[in-house]
Amino acid sequence: MDATLSVDELRISFAHRGGAIEAVDGVSLRIAPSECVGIVGESGSGKTQLFLGVMGLLAANAEVRGRIRFEGNEMVDAAARNRVRGSRLTMIFQDPLTCLTPHLTIGTQLAEVLVHHMDLPWSEARSSAGRMLERVRVPEPQRRLKQYPHELSGGMRQRVMLAMALLCEPSLVIADEPTTALDVTIQAQIIELLRAVRGEFGMALVLISHDLAVVAGVADRILVMYAGRIVENAAASELFRNPRHPYTAELLKCLPSLSGPRFARLPTLAGQPPRPGEKLDGCAFAPRCPRAADRCRVESPALEGTPLSQVACHFPLAT
Amino acid sequence: MNATGAPLLRVRNLRVEFDGQIAVRDVSFDLFSGETVGLVGESGSGKSTLARAILRLLQPTRGSVEFMGADLGCSAALLRAQRRNLQIVFQDPLASLDPRMSVGDAIAEPLSIFEPGMSASARREKVAAMLERVGLSGEVAARYPHEFSGGQCQRIAIARAMVLGPKLLICDEAVSSLDVSIQGQIVNLLLDLQRETAMAMLFISHNLAVVRHLSHRVLVMYLGRLVEVCEGEALFAAPLHPYSRALLAAVPRLPGAVDGEFRAVPTEPAEISTASGCAYRDRCPFALPLCANSDPPLNEAAAGRWVACHRSHEMLYPLS
Repeated sequence: MDATLSVDELRISFAHRGGAIEAVDGVSLRIAPSECVGIVGESGSGKTQLFLGVMGLLAANAEVRGRIRFEGNEMVDAAARNRVRGSRLTMIFQDPLTCLTPHLTIGTQLAEVLVHHMDLPWSEARSSAGRMLERVRVPEPQRRLKQYPHELSGGMRQRVMLAMALLCEPSLVIADEPTTALDVTIQAQIIELLRAVRGEFGMALVLISHDLAVVAGVADRILVMYAGRIVENAAASELFRNPRHPYTAELLKCLPSLSGPRFARLPTLAGQPPRPGEKLDGCAFAPRCPRAADRCRVESPALEGTPLSQVACHFPLAT
Repeated sequence: MNATGAPLLRVRNLRVEFDGQIAVRDVSFDLFSGETVGLVGESGSGKSTLARAILRLLQPTRGSVEFMGADLGCSAALLRAQRRNLQIVFQDPLASLDPRMSVGDAIAEPLSIFEPGMSASARREKVAAMLERVGLSGEVAARYPHEFSGGQCQRIAIARAMVLGPKLLICDEAVSSLDVSIQGQIVNLLLDLQRETAMAMLFISHNLAVVRHLSHRVLVMYLGRLVEVCEGEALFAAPLHPYSRALLAAVPRLPGAVDGEFRAVPTEPAEISTASGCAYRDRCPFALPLCANSDPPLNEAAAGRWVACHRSHEMLYPLS
């Protein structure tokens, strides 16, 4: 089956003070139809920039190299992107309030998507918008259509964003930290909604989060990013049971649990990730890695393995 | 921790109103030296407002805050003198450090205010020692906040808060904006500092696992009220208030976690209301007609457990 999205050797760098800062350093990935892929990594690991690159939403000083294909078409220029962006390929963000226009009603903003992309008349677009709000479990959708973004709670706004992303029946939705700004009880509702919507709409979903547990609840497969690269690719169930990359393993140890001994020292990852623009010989994780050997400091490991189990490490943990 | 003797901090019936809306409703609790009290609840529950009212960064509408036996609201001079013992660390460390002040100057500022007799060289030594204590090199004192990562800035903010040896440190979401790998470092630092100085901590966070890890006692707030107070970790194994249950169940868990099952609460939080009755009743799956009429007081339901729920005694046994 053809991949919905395929990315080959994508590099994204930003011109900065005469030099260049690499945010994404040679990433290749495939996302199959209806698949849900979680992307995890710490801040600065490049997870957001990677998908802003896919969407063509990078800052003006970004330089992109590599190949992006969506539904079999090369995303070579703005015209190619504009044919799919906002309709077949959509994205939702962490803060729904900054994504919604404050002076237009929810109904107008939702209907506009259908008018623009599907050439629907406004009246028809509005009723479709109401039906979509219902499908993302917004109570009293007809009343919501007439409301402005500030009249809705954070959780409701995120539902509206998701409705907007689903209006034109996309084949891929990218959700970037969609629950991070929400309270834990509301986060739980959005996680449940994402699960349900995946089943009902059958689109592929990319879920970007710094929170492994959030991703664990939704994703089939997880990509772990570190310093602009994918360091591990594994089925979600495998990743948590049998992490292969030392970074993944260390990260999982760091998560405080609701059992475990209290007041004990929490396991930590020593050191810092490389600073933006800092270029290391060898593996970027080597300075913090408990398994690092001389080879790791000179030779950068490639991402190798089968499509469902890949790791970029000279000395991966045993399966 | 069952501390004996007089509490360091006594909060009694503290109320904060904004334009008639009650943000903190008659909250009372004690905090002892060497003890950490965790404070959890969703945004809008009044956690940060409570912290600010305790420190008198905003004026409470009524109620009292006694610190070391003296009412902080009584005298401005007393409050000023006690400021050195009352410190706070905020969520965003970069926003709480002055970008035009070197980190050494930022840490030295409390010293120059409260210990004006200290010589410049002694101050420099103290700043270097503090930087080293929080895991940074003393040599970074001349640098500016933008040169540090988020985790390092939080260490600097902690160094500034701790330089005068405060008796109470309030952490308002102090680890929330940090990556998990850095979060543990800051939690460990706070635990070490508490062991060394016997300071009390009020630890506000929406991260329940972190709160459980370092709290001797936990307060759960909902719409300005304390709805559950619990000694030790019993709250996390068996929450009694229906809101505490919902909060615990909503924590996402890794596959194979042994600490309960993930469940979403099907309701939205209510607006701040001044109406009678239990504030949680509209979301509560166990609400009775009684709950609409009277606001349940915080009662002792079991040893070390206080719950504001009309059905708290039934909650001691598993309700389906």
